[in-house]
Amino acid sequence: MSERVRILLELADDDLVVGWRDSEWTGIAPTLEEDVAFSSIAQNEIGHARAAYELAAAELGTTADELAFDRAPEEYRCSPLVELRLLDWAHTIARRCLYEEADRARIEALMASDDPELASLARKIDREEAYHRMHAELWAERLRDEPRFQQALAELRPYVDGDRSSRTAEFRQLWDEMTSVRRSEPGAEW
Amino acid sequence: MVSAGEVWTALGEIADPEIPVISLVELGVVRDVDVEGDRVSVTLTPTFLGCPALDAMRRALEAKIVSLGGEPVVTVERGDAWTSDRITPAGREKLRAAGFAPPAPRDTSAPRLVQLQANRCRCPYCGSSETRLENLFGPTPCRSIRYCESCRQPFEQFKTL
Repeated sequence: MSERVRILLELADDDLVVGWRDSEWTGIAPTLEEDVAFSSIAQNEIGHARAAYELAAAELGTTADELAFDRAPEEYRCSPLVELRLLDWAHTIARRCLYEEADRARIEALMASDDPELASLARKIDREEAYHRMHAELWAERLRDEPRFQQALAELRPYVDGDRSSRTAEFRQLWDEMTSVRRSEPGAEW
Repeated sequence: MVSAGEVWTALGEIADPEIPVISLVELGVVRDVDVEGDRVSVTLTPTFLGCPALDAMRRALEAKIVSLGGEPVVTVERGDAWTSDRITPAGREKLRAAGFAPPAPRDTSAPRLVQLQANRCRCPYCGSSETRLENLFGPTPCRSIRYCESCRQPFEQFKTL
């Protein structure tokens, strides 16, 4: 696997999985505004995943759908931060804040890449992420003095640079759910 | 054989699937048209990468080219070609008339929260600038929700990208 494919798959796997996790709030977020925000952010993250999978797929001679849904769980390279199934709002917002911070550093590095396709995609993603960052900023400010939020940040921070080579039990469950359509109907398209 | 100009005119008749008052050409997502014999190549640039209407747009472009007797090759360009500044002046007017505030022009730096919160974007219904940001996110990735304090009407604003 080339270095370029490795970078693209880490980015795409992170965005696909965080998008899937964020979408778990659709319909049950604490306010209507956040229901809309999380659904929209999730949709966008999955759009970023798709674009990155497509670049990787062109190099590997496969398709974005096959990379997203036809790999075995151990082949994914996402960060453990995005794999966690978080059921409370303080942790969910803490993950959004930590994820945006880490993703920003990665996207900024890619914008400076010599590879024109990578740099162009990174610039596009960066512009869209500006809205996700504003959302995280708004919540970080609102919850700044809330002990549960500070505790969630401290608890989740070590996961940011966690081991990408092994999968958590929570990821296995997510993988089952995420790939169920393709496994029951190989090659399914939407 | 169809000319590139005829293709542009025909594509200008395709309504955006989510905001049908504006055409795909006015939205600025049709980047390039190239005609070689029967083959008509079109480059489509998504507004947001997560735009769920992208496949519908691609199919609409293909169907239109087929109706002109061409053989369509639609390529989706996912780089940073599209910005909200690509919406044409006519397109912006149509958005406003349909109750969507058009995007503010793109600055050199990314939009910031304080700007969006302070931005006195005009209400597309009554023209008042007494409006506030209600939610950064809206029904599709490209829209935010604002509220007009003067006519008490919530409205959508196309995001600056």
